Amino acid sequence: MQLKWRVGLIHCFLIAYSLIAVLPILLVVMNSFKIRKAIFGTPLALPSAETFSLVGYVKVLGNANIGVYFFNSLSVTLISMATVLLFGAMAAWALAEYRFKGSNLLALFLSIGIMVPIRLGSISILHMMVDLNLVNTRLALILVYTAQGLPMAIFILSEFISQIPRDLRDAARCDGVPEIAIFFQVIAPLLRPAIATVAVFTIVPIWNDLWFPLLLAPGNDTQTITLGIQQFIGQYITDWNSVLAALSVAIIPVLVIYLIFSRQLISGLTAGAVK
Amino acid sequence: MAKLSLHQLSKSYGSAEILKDISLDIKNGEFVVLVGPSGCGKSTLLRLIAGLDPVTSGSISIGDRIVNDLEPAQRKIAMVFQTYALYPHKNVRENMTFGLKYAGLPAEEISRRVDEASRMLQLQDLLTRKPKDLSGGQRQRVAIGRAIVREPDVFLFDEPLSNLDASLRVSTRVELSRLHTLLKATMIYVTHDQIEAMTLADRIVVMNKGRIEQTGTPLELYYQPANLFVAGFIGSPKMNQFSAIVRNAAAVTRFGLSAPVKASEEGNAVTIGIRPEHFVVGGEDEHPLAARVELVERLGEISHLHMSMSSGELMIAEWRGRNAPAIGDRLSLSVEPSNLHLFDAKGVRI
Repeated sequence: MQLKWRVGLIHCFLIAYSLIAVLPILLVVMNSFKIRKAIFGTPLALPSAETFSLVGYVKVLGNANIGVYFFNSLSVTLISMATVLLFGAMAAWALAEYRFKGSNLLALFLSIGIMVPIRLGSISILHMMVDLNLVNTRLALILVYTAQGLPMAIFILSEFISQIPRDLRDAARCDGVPEIAIFFQVIAPLLRPAIATVAVFTIVPIWNDLWFPLLLAPGNDTQTITLGIQQFIGQYITDWNSVLAALSVAIIPVLVIYLIFSRQLISGLTAGAVK
Repeated sequence: MAKLSLHQLSKSYGSAEILKDISLDIKNGEFVVLVGPSGCGKSTLLRLIAGLDPVTSGSISIGDRIVNDLEPAQRKIAMVFQTYALYPHKNVRENMTFGLKYAGLPAEEISRRVDEASRMLQLQDLLTRKPKDLSGGQRQRVAIGRAIVREPDVFLFDEPLSNLDASLRVSTRVELSRLHTLLKATMIYVTHDQIEAMTLADRIVVMNKGRIEQTGTPLELYYQPANLFVAGFIGSPKMNQFSAIVRNAAAVTRFGLSAPVKASEEGNAVTIGIRPEHFVVGGEDEHPLAARVELVERLGEISHLHMSMSSGELMIAEWRGRNAPAIGDRLSLSVEPSNLHLFDAKGVRI
């Protein structure tokens, strides 16, 4: 009985939390299908026959730049993800497996990266990018996001690596497998669930980021989708139909990526808890 | 095939000395078993030989080369792990060939070796399966197969049977024995199970607290244990040990058992050891030992009698046949003098 109560209570909290998380998104999607008047008149109502309109989508998808923004967002996000995963996994392997001079110091240095937000360094990063002539390039964003994602990736992946049985690496060494092949052919395949976890944690903040695109790549050719949407928000007039439609469209790629990784993600999150 | 020798080998982690001054010569084709209680350093010794951990001092040579600074693969060893350590995402064939590909062997040679090893271990039908679809015994056979295809100079086994259930352990043990006669390879085998040690070994190395206590054939260890530790470790149930005082060139226990000792031990405290299987009920001894049965463990043909002597010492004797005595029975026992083991105050065999 006691247990039932507790489970019930926990579920109440979880349902409440899910509603808080999901409702705003639902509101955005819902209102993106309504005429401007209805968005303000009855923001909580579902689109009806009179209020239904695709004007936002027509405008957004008709805008030639939207395709460029999407491409920028996707390329920056996916390349950053790939570099974070590759270098993160390699660094995690090095820190977990090899003892070398300064390895503890290096691990500490990287874990500071988890605690200190990278935005604190915005001004110096901007200076650096100006000096390197990288302002208004996607490369600038990729470099920053790689730096932003690495500490957490290394932290999570080295935990997973230390759970892989020692004997497996020893067996490979006795087999005469070179160290680089031990990593790529024995360790990396076993890290798949962890890599999926890290991939999702890396992608979402990059896709949603507004700060660094605004700072480093505000040019029309290099804008990401989150920044691009801002052009519908004016100082005096905001085209809400387009803003909501663009936001709704922008959710789709992250959703797809999440669905691809989600099975792996769940097994990754529970791997430590359940043997 | 090669001989292997360890010279004054020691290993420390920080200030903890795990292995102290280990010297051992292993002949070509010999099956040597390292045995000892957990924490005695036997697995560490195996890892040093394999090259998985660096030695602190001393040297290891395989064949005519000193291999201290060589990588595991260059030492021409192959190791079989307790946890099997199969690559989970590779099938049986890939598990066996993974290392060979990096050795630069031609494809025909690789498949010849895999065919031969899988025939030897009856793995032909399993070659395309993943480790998770194999039983424990099959996994262990794959792990052994992976070692065989390397055609190493020395095979190293780290408690390979301890994850198997009892009946499988016996059959795999027999298989290993057969494999050794077939391959005629030098093998070093670590276990804490003295039955495995006795049945498999050409020679047993008993280790304790990072040292070698005694090296010898299984029967040497059984009949002439060098000290009390080996006496207690080899044989099941354990050898009975009674404290005694030497008077007039004879060690005498509190309950009146006596054994002749050389005169130099006069007045010293010594230990008399008797294996449970060496007690004779009745017998023609002029001074039989009187003991009372406290507990009977029936194992079938054999029963273990837990008994107490008149002076309070406890002991175990083995009884063969049916009609084992009951609790409370009083027996008179005797022991052939040649079956008495004597140890001095430091526990060293006299």
